[in-house]
Amino acid sequence: MAVEVKATPTTEVETEQLLTGCEAIAEAIRLADVDVMAAYPIRPYDGVMQAAAKLIANGKMDVEYIVADGEHSQFEIVKHASAVGSRVFVGSSGVGWFYAFEAIAVTAGLRLPVVAICGNRALDDPGAFGTEHNDSLAVRDLGWLLPWAETAQESMDLALMAWRVAEDKRVSLPIAIGLDGAFLTHSQQPVKVPTKAAVDAFLPKYDLGDRLLHPDNPITIAPQVDQDWLMEIRRQNDAAMRKALTVITEAHADFKRIFGRGGDSPFLDEYMTDDAEVVFFGQGTLALPMKVAIRRLRAQGHKVGLVRLKWFRPFPTQEIVKSLTRFKAVGVIDRDYSFGSPFYGGVLYNEVRSALYSQTKRPTVVGFIAGLGGREIEQPMANEIFEKTMAAGRGDLSVGDQCHWIGVRD
Amino acid sequence: MKMAVDTAIGHGTGTLPQIKGVKEVPYDELFVSGHRTCQGCESALVMRHMVKASGPRTIVLGSTGCMYVANTTYYTTPWVVPWMHTQLGAAGSAALGTAAGLKVLMRKGKIKDEKINVIAFCGDGGGADMGIGAISATLTHKEYNCLVLLYDNESYANTDIQLSSQTPYGAVTTFSPTGSKRRLMHTRWKKNMPGMMAAGHPESRYVAAGCAAYAVDLMNKIRRALELGGPTFVHTLDPCPKGWDYHPQYSQELGHLAVECGIWPLYEVVDGVVNLTGPTRQIAEGRKKRKHVSEYLKRQGRFAHFVDEDIEHFQAEVDKTWEEWLIPGVIPFTIPQKDTRILNIDKKKPLHAEATA
Repeated sequence: MAVEVKATPTTEVETEQLLTGCEAIAEAIRLADVDVMAAYPIRPYDGVMQAAAKLIANGKMDVEYIVADGEHSQFEIVKHASAVGSRVFVGSSGVGWFYAFEAIAVTAGLRLPVVAICGNRALDDPGAFGTEHNDSLAVRDLGWLLPWAETAQESMDLALMAWRVAEDKRVSLPIAIGLDGAFLTHSQQPVKVPTKAAVDAFLPKYDLGDRLLHPDNPITIAPQVDQDWLMEIRRQNDAAMRKALTVITEAHADFKRIFGRGGDSPFLDEYMTDDAEVVFFGQGTLALPMKVAIRRLRAQGHKVGLVRLKWFRPFPTQEIVKSLTRFKAVGVIDRDYSFGSPFYGGVLYNEVRSALYSQTKRPTVVGFIAGLGGREIEQPMANEIFEKTMAAGRGDLSVGDQCHWIGVRD
Repeated sequence: MKMAVDTAIGHGTGTLPQIKGVKEVPYDELFVSGHRTCQGCESALVMRHMVKASGPRTIVLGSTGCMYVANTTYYTTPWVVPWMHTQLGAAGSAALGTAAGLKVLMRKGKIKDEKINVIAFCGDGGGADMGIGAISATLTHKEYNCLVLLYDNESYANTDIQLSSQTPYGAVTTFSPTGSKRRLMHTRWKKNMPGMMAAGHPESRYVAAGCAAYAVDLMNKIRRALELGGPTFVHTLDPCPKGWDYHPQYSQELGHLAVECGIWPLYEVVDGVVNLTGPTRQIAEGRKKRKHVSEYLKRQGRFAHFVDEDIEHFQAEVDKTWEEWLIPGVIPFTIPQKDTRILNIDKKKPLHAEATA
């Protein structure tokens, strides 16, 4: 499939367009000069594949666009394309993500910098289209870097960051950007689309170096290592994940310098926390209703704020400790579940508590499970979260040290 | 010598001419020592012939199975060419992803534009069971040059000899032992994998069934697949001393017997034209008599529990593939006599005659 691509005009300027999260990612694919992408339909992530297909059909980009026979093949195709030196993109949602699970696991094991989106969707059964984070979170232990976007702009920005961080030789791990289904994948927002020249200044070319699979470099990749070597190789992946914190910090600083966006911290987005006594903590689009609640509660005189987590893996433990120990109580809002876990809390809740455990001065952490299956987090629910967090901050043990399901019928 | 077929199509470079005899076989070994396959392993021979035929400008992707675990142990490798592991069901996707990656990088000028052969191999479990969907999909992507090679030792031989869809009728495996109440645990007939791949993927230019016991024939099939280009498929039958339970010195002999008994027909389908090869062709043309299946079955421990009735059933099923199939040994289906005229098929003429002419 020969595609004629128009040369980038030198007069190219940054534009502002109304794009969905998926369309913003498709623009990032174009700007990053992705070589191979593999598509398979499942809502809601596949909006990005539809948008990318349109860009290809209109001659806006030259990408090998493969419609696969299932998610397992989708992820295997890009994994192997990555091994021969192609910059790649892939994605899925919900049970589709799980259908690819084997390929997802080996991609991290192979240290191949595949960039994906997970359009977060509730897992079957019973069926639900709406957002829930358990699909992305299922890979949290495997070596995938997991950022979460709040807006369409951040979706694009994280995607551009993703290729840079994933392909950095110090990291060389795959990244899956979490985009809340519907709320972000399919909601239009104004997005600043940078120029190709600016992106080129930020994003170096993909270079696998001596790990490239090519007849000029006849290496054997992923032989059977058994107990002889597996621990050493796992340890290298661990080291890469540790280094990812530095690489993300560097990339964030460069991104801010070149594009003028990205906030103060690469890992946390704090909202009205300067004088806050209690904060909400969560990731993804739940920031929007919680920010509305914060403005309303502050008008009533409550000192409340939000700390939004931008990267779940690597978990920015030090930054989280530094931030959250400033407050009396933290209400962690999980758009996920972890049945049978400590205190029957969500995944984020237990990770945050674990991060804070060794601190002498630590806030009370109270967990909330809310917005599952794409249920809207409405203001009365935000009120309940606030009241319980405040009570926990006052030392009410009937509220603290436990998890609460919010907005659920009995 | 350059085959006419090589110049007739777009993908071939003519760099892999057909081998006319054993003296023309390349001397270079690209699959060497450093592996620990069993004595008498025919699949290891397939690997050796495969890369001998394809040459050094080849990338090999290997699915999980014997030819992964027994071949590639960390710090040793028998592969002189670049090699990468892929998942059990991913041979098709590995071939596709690698071929697509090379293609786009060459188009964009990111790597040198040259012919690089892409071969992904899988066992019968990985190819005919778990990975059949991905192989099928790959065979429809005509814009990518890649070969999927299925080495068929008729069981999941690496994991303890469990039955696959390629295990022959009645054979003992660890999932189909023979016992006091049930003599035969496995009563499914072997899936017709190469026939299915050829019939179901009209844009795949090349599908073949081979056997390492016919080494030059097999190497030529690999070469023709790579020369014709696009996505192609080669299926080899590999006698396996461990899984089939016979002395390792008889691997080649059993390969010959499988073909001579008509159990494993050798053929290729080139742009939709069936071409029987080796003894299969001689049998079809009446120049050679098919041997009775007992000559093959009685040499293997996995059939030691067979009684006469089982052997006769086996023979009858093999006979059917020769006497009733639309194309003997290749494509099943029979046509009611009243329809032969409509379909322009004369039942009296050997059906393969036209194809082999």
